[in-house]
Amino acid sequence: MTEHAPPCVGQWSLWEIFIRSRNGLDHKHCGSVHAPDAAMALQMARDVYTRRMEGVSIWAVRADQIHASDPDAKPEMFDPADDKIYRHPTFYKLPDEVDSI
Amino acid sequence: MKSTPSDRAAAQIDYLLRIADSTLILGQRVSEWCGHGPILEEDIALANTALDLIGQARLVLGHAGRLDGRGRDEDELAFLRAEGEFRNVTMVELPNYDFARTVLRNFLFCSFLLRLWQALSASRDAELAAIAAKSLKETRYHVRHAADWTLRLGDGTEESNAKMQTALDDLWPYTAELFAPSTEDDAVVDGGIGVAWSSLQAPWEASVLPVLADATLRIPVRGAFLSRGKHGIHGEHLGRLLAEMQFLQRAYPGNTW
Repeated sequence: MTEHAPPCVGQWSLWEIFIRSRNGLDHKHCGSVHAPDAAMALQMARDVYTRRMEGVSIWAVRADQIHASDPDAKPEMFDPADDKIYRHPTFYKLPDEVDSI
Repeated sequence: MKSTPSDRAAAQIDYLLRIADSTLILGQRVSEWCGHGPILEEDIALANTALDLIGQARLVLGHAGRLDGRGRDEDELAFLRAEGEFRNVTMVELPNYDFARTVLRNFLFCSFLLRLWQALSASRDAELAAIAAKSLKETRYHVRHAADWTLRLGDGTEESNAKMQTALDDLWPYTAELFAPSTEDDAVVDGGIGVAWSSLQAPWEASVLPVLADATLRIPVRGAFLSRGKHGIHGEHLGRLLAEMQFLQRAYPGNTW
């Protein structure tokens, strides 16, 4: 795979923004901002993505620091899981006392 | 001269209008950036700030209107008063000019507002104290945002530094008005309602000067110039701002949507 230059506006990097909601346990990806550094990325994310009480915590990750799987490799990466139904724990008989699984 | 209860009530309303009008007019100015910000993220940040300021103005105007007892609500006070009845400090009515001046004015004024809200959180006027406590959090962020840009642009490139220095040279004389003593201040201090704005100068300077120094900006020498917006004596710019802001209520009285 060829190396891609970091996505930029002028000299500003692209940052991916993850927000944890008030009741959420995990940070979820919600979008991206352009910023010259991490401090400003967090500030801009606050202004763009938390205006409607969406969150209580923000993570900013520089987009070029994220390593993504190759979309062209989808067949060998993910298709083999399609017919491995036995990997789901649905074939066990549960005792009646165990009700919330 | 001994002040009467009605003098004190009038002074309290005047004191509230200075705060409400200053936040309202600055909010209106900052809102002019909507759709024109240097980048999308900053465009939204400035619109957020403008709406926070207008929200603060609404609360204080509503409170002032009820104390005044002449049946004027926040809308009537905002949209149907004439220029000479506005009590905002002159600094906030000046045009935005450019992004440097916009963020520097926000930094200078919101740093003042931060000290004011802090002091008013302890007001004997319970409603004012509640408004101050709510507004304090918003203002803390506005100061943080504006201080960040002040540092980045002041201590940035040759061009950004020059623009910030010009902005500071132009705005600095207008900061004197914030701290100029006034009889209205004395009346509300006596009643435990408010704080004298003049007493905020030392803490304001203690918070503002180090940031300007870090931003490598030169503090201009203070001259004799004293703007008098908070006494209702405004510059040439407020009339045009009000013409735009009040147009709808003037053209279609009582209209709502």
